[in-house]
Amino acid sequence: MKLVMIGNGMAGVRVLEELLKIAPDLHDITVFGAEPHPNYNRIMLSPVLAGEQTLDQIVLNPLSWYERHGITLHLGTTVTTIDRARRQVIATRADGTTISASYDRLILATGSTPFIPPVPGHRLEGVIAYRDIADTETMIEAARTRRHAVVVGGGLLGLEAANGLKLRGMEVTVVHLGAWLLDRQLDPTAGRLLQQALEARGLRFALQAQTEALLGDAEDGQAGRVRALRLKDGREIPADLVVMAAGIRPNTALARSAGLLCDHDGRGGIRVSDTMQTVTDARIWAVGECASHRGIAYGLVAPLYEQARVLAAHLGETGVGRYTGSQTATRLKVTGIDLFSAGDFMGGDDSEQILLSDPVDGVYRKLVLREGRLVGACLYGDTSDGSWYFDLIREGATLGELREQLMFGRTGAVAALA
Amino acid sequence: MQTRSTCPYCGVGCGVIIESDGTQITGVRGDPEHPANLGRLCTKGSTLHLTAASEITRSARLLQPARRLARGGPLQAIDWSTALDTAADRIADVVRQHGPDAVGLYLSGQLLTEDYYAFNKLAKGLLGTNNIDTNSRLCMSSAVAGYKKTLGADAPPCSYEDFAHADTLFITGSNTAWAHPILFRRLEDARAARPGQRWIVVDVRRTETAETADLFLQIRPGTDVALYHGMLHVMLAEGLTDARYIGAHTSGFEALRETVRDWTPARAAAVCGIVETDLIQAARWFAQADRPGGATLSLYCMGLNQSAAGTDKNAALINLHLATGQIGRAGAGPFSLTGQPNAMGGREVGGLSNLLSAHRDLANPAHRAEVAALWGLPDVPATPGRSAVEMFEAAADGEIRLLWIACTNPAQSMPDQAMVRRALERAEFVIVQEAFATTATVAYADLLLPATTWGEKIGSVTNSERRISRVRPAVAAPGETRHDWQIAVDVARRLEERLPERLHGQATLFPYADAESIWNEHRESTRGRDLDITGLSWAHLEQHGTQQWPMPEGALAGRPRLYEDGIFPTEDGRARFAPVAFRPVAEPVDAPYPFSLISGRLRDQWHGMSRTGTLGRLFGHVPEPVAEMNAADLDALGLKDGDLVEVRSRRGSVVLAAQAGGAVARGQVSIPMHWGEEVLGGTDADGVPRRGVNGLTLPTFCPGSKQPELKHSAVSIAKAELPWRMVGMAWLPQAEIVRVRESLRALMPAFAHAMVLPFGREPHDGGLGGVIWRASAATPAEAALIAEIAALLGLDGRTAMRYEDAERGQFRSARLDGGRLRSVLLAGDTRAESWIRTLVKDELPAQAYGRRLLAASATPPVAITERGRQVCTCFNVTEPQIVEQLGRCEGSAEARLSQLQGALKCGTNCGSCLPVLRGLVKASIPLVPVAG
Repeated sequence: MKLVMIGNGMAGVRVLEELLKIAPDLHDITVFGAEPHPNYNRIMLSPVLAGEQTLDQIVLNPLSWYERHGITLHLGTTVTTIDRARRQVIATRADGTTISASYDRLILATGSTPFIPPVPGHRLEGVIAYRDIADTETMIEAARTRRHAVVVGGGLLGLEAANGLKLRGMEVTVVHLGAWLLDRQLDPTAGRLLQQALEARGLRFALQAQTEALLGDAEDGQAGRVRALRLKDGREIPADLVVMAAGIRPNTALARSAGLLCDHDGRGGIRVSDTMQTVTDARIWAVGECASHRGIAYGLVAPLYEQARVLAAHLGETGVGRYTGSQTATRLKVTGIDLFSAGDFMGGDDSEQILLSDPVDGVYRKLVLREGRLVGACLYGDTSDGSWYFDLIREGATLGELREQLMFGRTGAVAALA
Repeated sequence: MQTRSTCPYCGVGCGVIIESDGTQITGVRGDPEHPANLGRLCTKGSTLHLTAASEITRSARLLQPARRLARGGPLQAIDWSTALDTAADRIADVVRQHGPDAVGLYLSGQLLTEDYYAFNKLAKGLLGTNNIDTNSRLCMSSAVAGYKKTLGADAPPCSYEDFAHADTLFITGSNTAWAHPILFRRLEDARAARPGQRWIVVDVRRTETAETADLFLQIRPGTDVALYHGMLHVMLAEGLTDARYIGAHTSGFEALRETVRDWTPARAAAVCGIVETDLIQAARWFAQADRPGGATLSLYCMGLNQSAAGTDKNAALINLHLATGQIGRAGAGPFSLTGQPNAMGGREVGGLSNLLSAHRDLANPAHRAEVAALWGLPDVPATPGRSAVEMFEAAADGEIRLLWIACTNPAQSMPDQAMVRRALERAEFVIVQEAFATTATVAYADLLLPATTWGEKIGSVTNSERRISRVRPAVAAPGETRHDWQIAVDVARRLEERLPERLHGQATLFPYADAESIWNEHRESTRGRDLDITGLSWAHLEQHGTQQWPMPEGALAGRPRLYEDGIFPTEDGRARFAPVAFRPVAEPVDAPYPFSLISGRLRDQWHGMSRTGTLGRLFGHVPEPVAEMNAADLDALGLKDGDLVEVRSRRGSVVLAAQAGGAVARGQVSIPMHWGEEVLGGTDADGVPRRGVNGLTLPTFCPGSKQPELKHSAVSIAKAELPWRMVGMAWLPQAEIVRVRESLRALMPAFAHAMVLPFGREPHDGGLGGVIWRASAATPAEAALIAEIAALLGLDGRTAMRYEDAERGQFRSARLDGGRLRSVLLAGDTRAESWIRTLVKDELPAQAYGRRLLAASATPPVAITERGRQVCTCFNVTEPQIVEQLGRCEGSAEARLSQLQGALKCGTNCGSCLPVLRGLVKASIPLVPVAG
């Protein structure tokens, strides 16, 4: 059987790894990758930017791996068309030439695309997203020659970019729309602690700040290289480099053009069933950031690996597994800053909260409970019990007496209840 | 610089030498030349200099006159001239509109004789009212009435030196070991020097004094008269009375014989709840049945006085002395131990509503004429004034419209606080003349007059043995404080301008330049009286030290002993037997209020604690309020040691922890008198404020002495169902402690039960002092209130770690500083207190515990050894240390005590802990040296 995969990223290649374990000879596999690199650990781009890792160190599957498993790999090749009737995909190489490959089974692992807010000036030179090795290299280069960086977006990626640029010597300001940093991953208290910690490292922040325009160095300010960012409140922040980290969108253009059903007009990802099969075409599966499962397109690696495992089991014709969705936990890859959140960490009127803070040690913990069960956790400073809380959230077990000890970690709690 | 003065605490009247650098008191030690203490001081006296520390003076003292424009409103600082004019205007207005009896002056046995004299003349001379009474009414008036009723004059006939001559000591209604520690040291010395000396102790509680007795009679509350009558019955039956003495020096014995005829030892013992043979033994020892010619000395105090039958109890005891001739000779006599430092001096100048200067009686027209003549007035008022309780009841009823309260804290110390508060609220104008800004009464003042206090004052005092000592200032008056006599004179002179008709042509009734000139006028008033001191002068006191009265003109020294000639200051020169009838307590226990509330003093505290309560170290002995009960009663009520209980009387309630103890008999509960609303409060389920221990006590007073029955009230005891608990402890800069305590105190009414007290040990190396706070409620407190308390305890969001589970009412916070736990607050589940308290109090390293400090567990993260109960306050020695050391001591009990003291120094300074040390030595097993 001919198996074609569009996308050479972490989720997709994980499917192949799993599949090769259970059914190494079932498929004749072809992979199309838009980037000129073998599968690398995208999550580790931030340590690369921060100078803590090299590109070589973050490669997950070297070319020899593809070779060893007989996988046909087309790097730097962008698939332009899926011909579902002919079961064929058509792609364009970097040199402009076209190739095609037919499939019996097709995996869409096209990942996501950074969202670039369409503000005036967003196409100026020096305005980039932060998604891949090329972006990372651009930033590293800019840090060598430029002084002022602005990162738009105080989410995980934006903060990692800002931290990396700061470490590489730039003056960095993070412009963030929300009232606190990581406002999707942290509560306000933890967000402020994080801000204090990053400010202590020399980062600057403009919160609740909306970008009005990016200004170029051409005379009319609308062309050339970016020189500043202007906020709605009129403030101008000098910027030789603007990194857009305002979120991602599932990369569904190809799928939509092939007539596959996507949620929210495509902004929500390719709709799949619990076996990761597209709901439109039984020969096509989608996995990773491009997939929309029960309305959710995940952007973190753990759920994507869970999806990969389910999909591989089905392709290998051994599994009856179902992907039923993931609880996600957040970690920020900035060395020296530990944070973790999972589940419904904000809580609400129908929930209860337990709080612990230790300002001297820079520790904050919030646990959210509902009907005697742990449903969310937000940890800052000391995340040692994050995985335990994550387990408890996923298990949904009634806490009972454990409640009183919960905050003090697994070791203490087990001892106290023994 | 050294200044000789007198201790301001109890009636022992110890001499102190104050060390100062000219502006600040730096030390204090006992005056070796003072006959009362011969250089010794108790825990309270030896820490006096610490209560005068500049941080305490600055934060706890009233340093400036102030007024309140509206009740409950803020204080507004004013100058002295305005303050004095305001006082005089208001007093004059009331006198003009409602007559002088609409004014009430309530003073203190802690005022000096000169202060007292000026106030007394102001009331009875200038204003023309006898509505002047003092807290001595709560203290000694039954002793006074008892002496006068039997011996004819308010004069304790004995001296401390009699301790050494007594063969039997009859200590009754007095926990001398705690209330008069220096006298107890002298008693211990006397016993050591006179091995046959026998001690009988009569008390409702098995006190530390009782533990030392050869014979202890644990009588039921209020049965003293039955006991004494029963003893006299035995003496009569066994021919142990002194017929010669009775015949020669007394009258009225037949009536008494009739009275005690029915008081067989069996009946008396049954009423008292004691063993009949013990009563008989006491009678024989008292009457020296086996030692003809032996001397018996009675020592007694509040157990007799604070009773609705106080006069009778005093008189019935004196009956025994008269009947056995145990009076007027060395080592013999009824010796009333005075509670306050100058209750005696106050009475000498007539500072009670029924007295006139120099032990004169208001009811006696000749006495009134004498005093009027001394003062150059046509007359002094004949209508008896209102005694303490009557005065406040009259204010509550609107009859007294203006109260001037000086040097005392009726909102803490008077019985039936609900009535007292009504009085303070209803009075149109309340003047409070005070040294400390922290007393409960201050909150009711319309006008505050800041007074000097110990170390600053000048004048004289008279102690229990009629000994007049000088009080001298070591430092200048701080802030704008003035001497009490000065304030009285300044107001009096302004009143003279406003009420010129009261001067009867004189320029002024108050021509005093200094305290000595007042004392000289007082001295003149004593001429020819029982307390004649015309042979004495300040110069004499300066040159020869203290003197006992009487010391009439021409005498070279005072008299240590009265009535040696058998002649008494009665009309016929004979002492009078008092055939008093036994009356039970005023408020007997019944089904709704089945327990007897007994009050008493703590060893290391004084009265309402405005002074001693500033020192954490004085809370080492008894750290917190507890209701001491018999363990069997706790069991019967289903209570555990440490459970919070609500103690309720017909008048009010308090909540505090129950403590099982062997000292209290079944059916009784003991709560010390010190725990006022300043430290122990809350609001009951009906919204009624809890006003400290005297919220419970009874205003019923003795018809003879007008002294209220503070020692006994009927109460109920029930477990306080207040599951939500809070405990906070913090080390704070000394200068902030008073502010924090006052702020916490203001929050107490928000809880069903709350308390705030200091702990620690001044002077602290880091200049810190401890504050402990507790609160309890049926439901969790609001988060904002908890946050306010946390902030007061130094637990701010920047430095303190915090655990919060609002839904469960759980809040815990802790602050580490320098590796030590500086502040902690536990709310909700407070089980961790059991070990956290030790970390805080003993300042143990705590850094390693980290956030586990906030875990609600009764088990500490690692084993923590508590230092244990502090026994020796002076050297901070605890019971476990003593027990451990005793394990290495050998030989006789005295030898082991000596080795113990050599090793740990405990009990070698003030000696207040010696009774406990002796008990621990007795309980220990001596190390037997192994033969070579």
